[in-house]
Amino acid sequence: MAFLDRTARSFVLGELVAGMALTLRYFFKPKVTINYPYEKGPISPRFKGEHALRRYPNGEERCIACKLCEAICPAQAITIEAEPRDDGSRRTTRYDIDMTKCIYCGLCEEACPVDAIVEGPNFEFATETREELMYNKDKLLANGDRWEPELARRLELDAPYR
Amino acid sequence: MPKLTIDGIEVEVAAGSTILQAAEQAGIEIPRFCYHERLSIAGNCRMCLVEVEKTPPKPIASCGYPVAEGMVVHTDSPMVRKGRRGVMEFLLINHPLDCPICDQGGECDLQDQAMGFGADHSRYDENKRAVPDKNLGPLVKTSMNRCIHCTRCIRFITEVAGVPDLGATARGEHMEVGTYVEKALGSELSGNIIDLCPVGALTSKPYAFVARPWELAKVDSIDVLDAVGTNIRVDARGTEVMRILPRINEDVNEEWLGDKSRFSIDGLKRRRLDRPWVRENGKLRAATWDEAFATIAAKLKKVSGDRVGAIAGDLVDAESVLALKDLLASLGSANVDCRQDGAKLDASRRDFYCFNTSIAGIEEADALLIVGANPRREAPVLNARIRKAWLASGLPIGMIGTDSDLTYPVTNLGASAATLTDLHAGSHDFAKILTAAKKPMIIVGQGALARPDGSAILAAAWRLAAQVGALLQDWHGFNVLHTAAGRVGALDLGFVPGPNGKSADLMFSGGVDLLWLLGADEFDPSRIAAGTFVVYQGHHGDAGAQRADVILPGAAYTEKSGTYVNTEGRAQRGFMAVYPPGEAREDWTILRAFSAVIGKTLPYDTIDALRKRMEQVNPVFGRIGHLARFGCSDHAGPAGDPSVLSDAPLGSSVQNYYQTDPISRSSPTMAACVDAQSAPALAAE
Repeated sequence: MAFLDRTARSFVLGELVAGMALTLRYFFKPKVTINYPYEKGPISPRFKGEHALRRYPNGEERCIACKLCEAICPAQAITIEAEPRDDGSRRTTRYDIDMTKCIYCGLCEEACPVDAIVEGPNFEFATETREELMYNKDKLLANGDRWEPELARRLELDAPYR
Repeated sequence: MPKLTIDGIEVEVAAGSTILQAAEQAGIEIPRFCYHERLSIAGNCRMCLVEVEKTPPKPIASCGYPVAEGMVVHTDSPMVRKGRRGVMEFLLINHPLDCPICDQGGECDLQDQAMGFGADHSRYDENKRAVPDKNLGPLVKTSMNRCIHCTRCIRFITEVAGVPDLGATARGEHMEVGTYVEKALGSELSGNIIDLCPVGALTSKPYAFVARPWELAKVDSIDVLDAVGTNIRVDARGTEVMRILPRINEDVNEEWLGDKSRFSIDGLKRRRLDRPWVRENGKLRAATWDEAFATIAAKLKKVSGDRVGAIAGDLVDAESVLALKDLLASLGSANVDCRQDGAKLDASRRDFYCFNTSIAGIEEADALLIVGANPRREAPVLNARIRKAWLASGLPIGMIGTDSDLTYPVTNLGASAATLTDLHAGSHDFAKILTAAKKPMIIVGQGALARPDGSAILAAAWRLAAQVGALLQDWHGFNVLHTAAGRVGALDLGFVPGPNGKSADLMFSGGVDLLWLLGADEFDPSRIAAGTFVVYQGHHGDAGAQRADVILPGAAYTEKSGTYVNTEGRAQRGFMAVYPPGEAREDWTILRAFSAVIGKTLPYDTIDALRKRMEQVNPVFGRIGHLARFGCSDHAGPAGDPSVLSDAPLGSSVQNYYQTDPISRSSPTMAACVDAQSAPALAAE
């Protein structure tokens, strides 16, 4: 009996009709896809994207070469070398992040006592070669300069929860 | 021996101990900043508070409170905890929150103890104190805002180093540590105040901001820049030695380290030999190892075995010395010498060339005669031990020579060696002091031995030691103070001319046709006769490399595992912290590889096999770190006629403490020290 029932159902294409009905239902619902890259979804202020080194409003770089980010980095992606600058202050001579090693955990940002290294909202930094993902200090500072308004905004939004 | 109870643990300690010392004995840790076991007790940080039952109900500073019978001490009661939290809050009132840029960060007593004993937040909103930084010379960097006034640096410089340069002005919050008049610290031990400072007020200037303690790989080693054999820890990052710190060894250096040994590491990066060189048509040309070996082998074919000689330098490890000696023996040569300065050291008996009393033994001595040495410049850590003995017992110290400022009072007995004869004849007042002493000591320096009448002075000093009762069954008061870390090891391995062998002087003046210099740099290269073919094996382009026909790049002391015998005769071993630069290799492997090229392969393939062979040559090398103290039963003296003494004044062999060897001569920091010491009034930075 069951055999006859199954055969009859397959002949009237019951599954196909049910599936098409579902498709039809979604056809009249609001769309969830967006037209990337012309449209982008909202991101949280805590989004952990591309790194940047920030500066103070007077242009002085924030990083003081305390090496806490280097120490906490679980992927050991950060390399820092430091020495006294001519004015006697403590500054890095080298600040490298290997973006291919980085796991975007955000611990560097949390360890930083002066909010110098941050992970910004940018996630569109794909490159054609591997070498371009070895970021040096110039690249990171340039990122900071470019993204500063957004970086400051997201730090401000996140400040109450720190 | 009073018995007391600390936190329920009953301990019995020596009378006169403090509660803090008793707690340490019981294994209970009490936080402290100003207390240090090798300095006097100041009691000014108040961090070591404890509660003692049946005393007025207030916390007591345990570092300065003597124990009494039946005392009951609590180190973790609510009152103690509250007291410490309050003290910590006071200390932090004026301490800046600059841990991220402080070089002490990560190894800071204040950081650790604030975590362990402090409160979790500050109630202080006012401005912090600001203190101008002091310029203490090229070695010690100051950041006086961070100072918590423990006065450890002041006490160290005054008590241990014996150079009362530091002091405090004003009191309370206005107290400042400084040199009164701005000048460089005049002590050879000034680097130790960096280690002693519990906060980051005093940090190392050359090491400023370059590394963090957690990044460094730590390797135990032995210092080679003087002959004390100071135990050190080499902190390296990658291929670079970042800093050198002392390790504690009560028998050798306690926990001190001389400035040269601590700060000359930047010399390890400069003027290095990192590839072989061969001289062609009068000019050195970069070569490969094969070419360099082939050049030497070709020359060796034309030279008979007894015209080949070797001189070992001051920084060599015992392993390479033995490999070189075996190599020359296989060529049929006994022309080996480790006394490049011509010191008349007698290698026939071990106690003729060792510091037999031992460094710790200085504290037992009750009279001391120094002949032609300046321990302050030649071995500052040993000098601190002499000063410690003088502080403890008022040790009478006589000096034959021209040096005077040794950080303790010395009686100058005369400048010429003839004074030894006067002392022997008993016509000198100091002879009575030496004779009356139960454990007299005589220290003979290299300044007395490296001169034409050196063997006469050695014999005269021995004769005097025998006469005044310094050579007893249970006390050996005859001491030779070396300045070269490799020399005692080389003497122990018999690296002196064998039968028919030529001494260093003869080898220099044309006694050999092929001269192998193993790190030998302390001589005038123009002394080497024009026709001599010179092979230089070493790590720095210094005097020896200038004159060389073939240069073989070797490893410096931080780059190889090596055994060194200090002036006492204590064999100690250091380990490799970083790899040698470029094509440079560990020295014994170079000699082993060369021996294979000329078909006289040395019978050891590993460093362990070589060390077994060292043990066979001299069992001293089988007892690493151990020193057997012995008396003297055989009064027969070293070779030399004690009566042919010259009138020339005796002086130290080291005139410039900061630059004595290829490493320190290459170091910019040491050059800055020389400048600072020659012009002590510092220009404002």
